[in-house]
Amino acid sequence: MKKTWKKALSLFLVSSVAALTLVGCGSSSSDSSSKSGDTGSKTGTVSSATLDAIKQRGKLVAGVKYDTNLFGLKDPASGTVSGFDIDIAHALAKDILGDENKVEFKEVTSKTRIPMLDKGDIDVIIATMTITEDRKKQVNFSDVYFKAGQSLLVKQGSDIKSIDDLKGKKVLAVKGSTSVTNIKQKAPDAQVLEFDTYADAFTALKAGKGDTLTTDNAILMGMSQQDPSFVLTGGLFTDEPYGIASKKGDDEFTKYLNTFLKKINDNGDYATIYKKWFKEDPKK
Amino acid sequence: MDMDFAGALSPANLKYMMHGLGVTLEVAVWSIVLSFLLANLIAVLRYARIPVLSQILFVFVEIVRNLPLLLIIFFMFFAVPDVLKINITPIQAAIAALTIFESAMISEIIRGGLNSIPKGQIEAGRSSGLTYVQTLRYIVLPQALRKMVPPLVSQFISLLKDTSLAIIISLEELLRTTQIVYSQKMSYVFPALIFAALVYFVINYSLSLVAGRLEKRFNV
Amino acid sequence: MIDFTILTDHFQEYMDGFLTTIESSALALLGCLILGTIIAVFRISPIKPLRWFGTAYVEFLRNIPVLITVFLFYAGGPVLHLNLSGFASGTIGLAVYTSAFVAEAIRAGINAVPKGQMEAGRSSGLSYIQTMRYIVLPQAFKIVIPPIGNQCINLIKNSATLGAVAGLDLMYQADIINSETFDVFSTYIFVGIFYLVLTIPLSLLFSYIERRLNRAY
Repeated sequence: MKKTWKKALSLFLVSSVAALTLVGCGSSSSDSSSKSGDTGSKTGTVSSATLDAIKQRGKLVAGVKYDTNLFGLKDPASGTVSGFDIDIAHALAKDILGDENKVEFKEVTSKTRIPMLDKGDIDVIIATMTITEDRKKQVNFSDVYFKAGQSLLVKQGSDIKSIDDLKGKKVLAVKGSTSVTNIKQKAPDAQVLEFDTYADAFTALKAGKGDTLTTDNAILMGMSQQDPSFVLTGGLFTDEPYGIASKKGDDEFTKYLNTFLKKINDNGDYATIYKKWFKEDPKK
Repeated sequence: MDMDFAGALSPANLKYMMHGLGVTLEVAVWSIVLSFLLANLIAVLRYARIPVLSQILFVFVEIVRNLPLLLIIFFMFFAVPDVLKINITPIQAAIAALTIFESAMISEIIRGGLNSIPKGQIEAGRSSGLTYVQTLRYIVLPQALRKMVPPLVSQFISLLKDTSLAIIISLEELLRTTQIVYSQKMSYVFPALIFAALVYFVINYSLSLVAGRLEKRFNV
Repeated sequence: MIDFTILTDHFQEYMDGFLTTIESSALALLGCLILGTIIAVFRISPIKPLRWFGTAYVEFLRNIPVLITVFLFYAGGPVLHLNLSGFASGTIGLAVYTSAFVAEAIRAGINAVPKGQMEAGRSSGLSYIQTMRYIVLPQAFKIVIPPIGNQCINLIKNSATLGAVAGLDLMYQADIINSETFDVFSTYIFVGIFYLVLTIPLSLLFSYIERRLNRAY
């Protein structure tokens, strides 16, 4: 009996040190398979560490969505990812390395994209990411490359017609997205359920787990295209300007990205990509 | 609610899910090998009652096996590399997390096996001129391992099932590929999930049958 | 390194998740004990189809991932004309999954008591119920308790899968907190401690009971 208590006591004392133990052991077994990253390459002050790393590696690593129709969708049949964001990444690879195929895609979700950028798993996030003040503290943003606005997706014939009809309704959204913050503010009486990915949230909507799904109109359009029994409603109630995110502090690279965006805007590449996915000319 | 088995299990979808199965098996095999080695080390060190070290290992094992594996996988991918300033891929993180978690679980099985061997055997080994390590290596461990085959195999089966938790770090293993397949259409959900369940079942059930055979052969 | 303001600022969210995890685990535990006992009875029943059903149930569930059972009840629910919330499907999925292991433990416990003991009890003048109560069950109990204890702890750990179906548990709340704090390390360290607060006392309790039982009989 006494011994058990002693054990219990000692266990609780050490549970606060648990973190350290875990981390220590983590390193010993993880380094068997991992290469050490070169996050802090010290080159000249003028050039960009991100840009140098991309050139040295010979390819751009872009974090994109795999489950968002029109922006980044993985096709199980061919194994390729395609969408507006994907084509922007191809264009960026062409600009940096002269070959649009020198790009590797990694799946990110709204929840995982900032940690993955921080960790150096990816060079850029091109993944329907809204520019916000809060996020600017975590990452660098390029200029706006796509203008979206938040809207609602409902089953055809739903009694939800606008954001004012959400009282007591179940609203589905994606963890870590701006739509969650917005909807909690604009419809405080709604119950918000959050999922890891858009695909999970849409599956939940189709399975009747909620009354509506909220996120940016462009993403919702992609869903409606996949399953026309769901339609957009309620118009746009926020502005969601998308930017390309890169590592915090590498301002040279951000400048590079802005020059790149201006370049494809001027030479018409941007309009071509936009038209390919949204079947219309970009809004001015 | 309709179910579209033919659509969900079309050749393209099947091929993609089999790619996922490949990743699942890769993660499982690496984790089984690594965790078994690490678990043996932990168990022997604890069995030998080396001061301080065995206490540290006790705490490590108790903490790790009382945490959700899902949390360990998530932590291994996002927090550990950040703190250690290293860079690891989802598959490496999954293998590392499974190795740590399973080695804690397996070391308990091995320790139980070691403790079931009468201490007299060690004395007998020592007095016949073997060193302590030699006695463990040639006399105690082989007997203990034989007794541990059934619980070890069920632990390996758990490990194989647990690879599916790596879905949380977007690792494209069998369950994640299944999810991508079924997010195409609502009518794919049930067929795709049942199919994935059957794939796991066939592999794991065969493993348990093989274990049953082994057990009979060792005949302990 | 660990930012304690995250714990204090988001204490309400952590507690919500923690309580939901406890609630889900307690309900699932109750469910899996009941279901597991029924299946164990099926497995030792003299009626063949019941035995077959019991065996198929146990073997299938033991060999598939817990996440699949949860997803089946969640996303696959409409096929069975069930529309369950994340919490409900997660809890039911956990109960069903764990019941297979519980059934095996109970079956092993009952089988481990030699049949002769029942006869011996009866022939020394005890009734069937008295023999069960004083002779068979205490012995079976001793064998059943350790694996059930393990399953109970596994169940709590597996309840983290609720987070994947918006089950409002600790893991789900942590994701929400993390999307505000962006501090993965600190946010999830506290999650780990919350789980340990549940699982470590329980595992100590079970090993204490196990030792007591070994001494008593």
